[in-house]
Amino acid sequence: MSIASGSVDGIPAAEVPDVELYHPRSWITKWVFSQDAKVIGIQYALTATAIGLVALVLSWLMRLQLGFPGVFDFITPAEYYQFITMHGMIMVVYLLTALFLGGFGNYLIPLMIGARDMVFPYMNMLSYWIYLLAVLVLVASFFAPGGPTGAGWTLYPPQSILSGTPGGQDWGIILMLLSLMLFIIGFTMGGLNYVVTVLQARARGMTMMRMPLTVWGIFTATVMALLAFPALFVSAVMMLLDRLLGTSFFMPALVEMGQRLNHEGGSPLLFQHLFWFFGHPEVYIVALPAFGIVSDLISVHARRNIFGYRMMVWAIIIIGALSFIVWAHHMYVSGMNPYFGFFFATTTLIIAVPTAIKVYNWLLTLWRGDIHLTVPMLFALAFIVTFVNGGLTGLFLGNVVVDVPLSDTMFVVAHFHMVMGVAPIFVIFGAIYHWYPKITGRMLNEVMGRIHFWVSFLGAYLIFFPMHYIGLLGVPRRYHEIGETAFVPASAHTLNAFISVMALIVGAAQIVFLFNLAWSIRRGRSAGDNPWNAASLEWQTPQTPPPHGNWGQDLPVVYRWAYDYSVPGAAQDFIPQNQPPAKAAE
Amino acid sequence: MEGIAQTQAAQRPGGMEGFVADWSSDQRAFKNVSWGKAMMWIFLLSDTFVFGCFLLSYMTVRMSTRVPWPNPSEVFALEIFGTHMPLILIAIMTFVLITSSGTMAMAVNCGYRRDRGRTAILLVVTALLGATFVGMQAFEWTKLIHEGVRPWGNPWGAEQFGSAFFMITGFHGTHVTIGVIFLLIVARKVWRGDYDDGRPGFFTSRGGRYEIVEITGLYWHFVDLVWVFIFALFYLW
Repeated sequence: MSIASGSVDGIPAAEVPDVELYHPRSWITKWVFSQDAKVIGIQYALTATAIGLVALVLSWLMRLQLGFPGVFDFITPAEYYQFITMHGMIMVVYLLTALFLGGFGNYLIPLMIGARDMVFPYMNMLSYWIYLLAVLVLVASFFAPGGPTGAGWTLYPPQSILSGTPGGQDWGIILMLLSLMLFIIGFTMGGLNYVVTVLQARARGMTMMRMPLTVWGIFTATVMALLAFPALFVSAVMMLLDRLLGTSFFMPALVEMGQRLNHEGGSPLLFQHLFWFFGHPEVYIVALPAFGIVSDLISVHARRNIFGYRMMVWAIIIIGALSFIVWAHHMYVSGMNPYFGFFFATTTLIIAVPTAIKVYNWLLTLWRGDIHLTVPMLFALAFIVTFVNGGLTGLFLGNVVVDVPLSDTMFVVAHFHMVMGVAPIFVIFGAIYHWYPKITGRMLNEVMGRIHFWVSFLGAYLIFFPMHYIGLLGVPRRYHEIGETAFVPASAHTLNAFISVMALIVGAAQIVFLFNLAWSIRRGRSAGDNPWNAASLEWQTPQTPPPHGNWGQDLPVVYRWAYDYSVPGAAQDFIPQNQPPAKAAE
Repeated sequence: MEGIAQTQAAQRPGGMEGFVADWSSDQRAFKNVSWGKAMMWIFLLSDTFVFGCFLLSYMTVRMSTRVPWPNPSEVFALEIFGTHMPLILIAIMTFVLITSSGTMAMAVNCGYRRDRGRTAILLVVTALLGATFVGMQAFEWTKLIHEGVRPWGNPWGAEQFGSAFFMITGFHGTHVTIGVIFLLIVARKVWRGDYDDGRPGFFTSRGGRYEIVEITGLYWHFVDLVWVFIFALFYLW
């Protein structure tokens, strides 16, 4: 393949010759064992959605039990714990992480930076298949003797591997840990690809500071994941050894049912440190791609350049770095030296600064914008509101004295669902409505989209606002049934029932969304190449949906950032990134 | 790929200015670094965190246990010709592994000089030294197991001693074994001339080049370096 010589319009010549892509020869290598990042991204997204639906159904079952205790007597306490555990683990790791990084990362990175594919397509393919294997192992635990683990998604030892916990002395915890290890191995293969592709395979003219914020978010999150997942991997190895070989890494001397166990001298706190060294960055591994994507959605649909682009980039990087030194704020109730608590509370609250910069910049982007209330924009706005709500309760919980009484109540459940459950999922929805036309060539149905949005948005608030309140009343989390307690008023029970009904309704609204996805593939309005008049590179492909190799004969050359909207004097209200300066002035 | 990049390298500024210039440039942040090499470095960074977590966890459980820690110098001592020699086997293992880093470096040098035969031989020698290391580790494991050391207990003190020992050396040994397998695969490819004629890989369908020797070398040196830390923190402490 040829290599363009010399610089054009001040854009340096290509440093690396165009890559020779793998050419699939059969339907199987094209669509199943595909090495095309776009197909892999879709495979990741579909698998994550499928397992996410399992987690959704689990949340329904939990809500049925909480809202109407005693009515659904097929839900035993053991099963309730299993539902909690699997719901949390699936949503955080197998849905959000996989969908943002594996799904959107694979689909968008090469297109947005002007590459033909990920740098190592074969390894990228392996990444998906190992992820699928991890999901299958996870699903297998539902059918294993004793069922899945019921240790809570944090899997705290010693309880997670004791016989009193569902799956603790059965298959549940073993399959859970194996599945996590597989996920990490698979993710590492993909993650290395995303990072190297962003660093080393950008188009001519695509500097780091011209990349769309979506790429910045996914890139930073992937770097963080590559540094945070090792801690989870190591703790999974050690817990597996504790469970299978009877070592005592995490197990102190214990007496269970009058029996002295064969463990001694281990440190349960060690697990908590390792877990949260992974667990807190994980929050931002999910949030940073959401930040990036929402920035792009707001800019495109408000027809304004993103406000303070450089600040946005630095805020992403600073949040990513800070998130590695805040982990022990999840462990205030575990007990620690007060100076440690002070340190971790301080670092936690400092994160509010770059986060606030981002929120202000989103608002200033909207300020006097030509706001189009399209479905992606609605979800983007819903994200900002929800994220601010969830973030503010985070400020409460970051303080040791406030956290200690609230830590084991529904307040915390409401907080993290707002900030890392509902908010990122709104971004996922917005992103799907936004990029579906690029992926399929057709628009998603607008009416169904709006129904989906309003039910999900209002419903989410009707679920989680009351939950803060019952948390403040002192209703504990992780309880199968509260029963008759003096400090829980009858109104809390009514609210619990209300929340459960809303959860069922919001869940049902997702069926509308899934139907829309399937229906619009054939019946949706034809989208054309660039239905939103967006400036970033993925909308400038010669064909929609983009074929293998993305760009046809010649790779794109980038002349500007991704946010040239409503530029005074320009012919259109947007200037594509690959439009030469001379042409833009016409 | 190397030829084009080198023409541009001459004009680039050095020091901090060069760093800023590279990171604010288009196409590549690390100029003159191929995709494969960049990926290996980032992988090694991630793997450093894995071993870092293992070693920190070992130190934590060594503090958390209430039972005295066995003395590594005594546990890993051998009677050779009637002489009691503390840590002798570990010393030999360390020597073998560090020697293998030397032969690896020589293999990389010969590879860039397109000396097909010597590169292949040096790679095989490196692999043999690595295999020797793993063999001695197997001997050490066998000896300890015969003496009654198990992951869940040992005759001399804290049970975490055996747990951490088998886990960390096992994980490191797995890394060495994977390295040996890769070295043999690369040696075969060098010997067959794959990197001279750019023959595409069986799985990846990418053309091979001599840089693969260096990338394999990066991994190998990393595994050696990790051993130095394990040696210092587990055996000497």
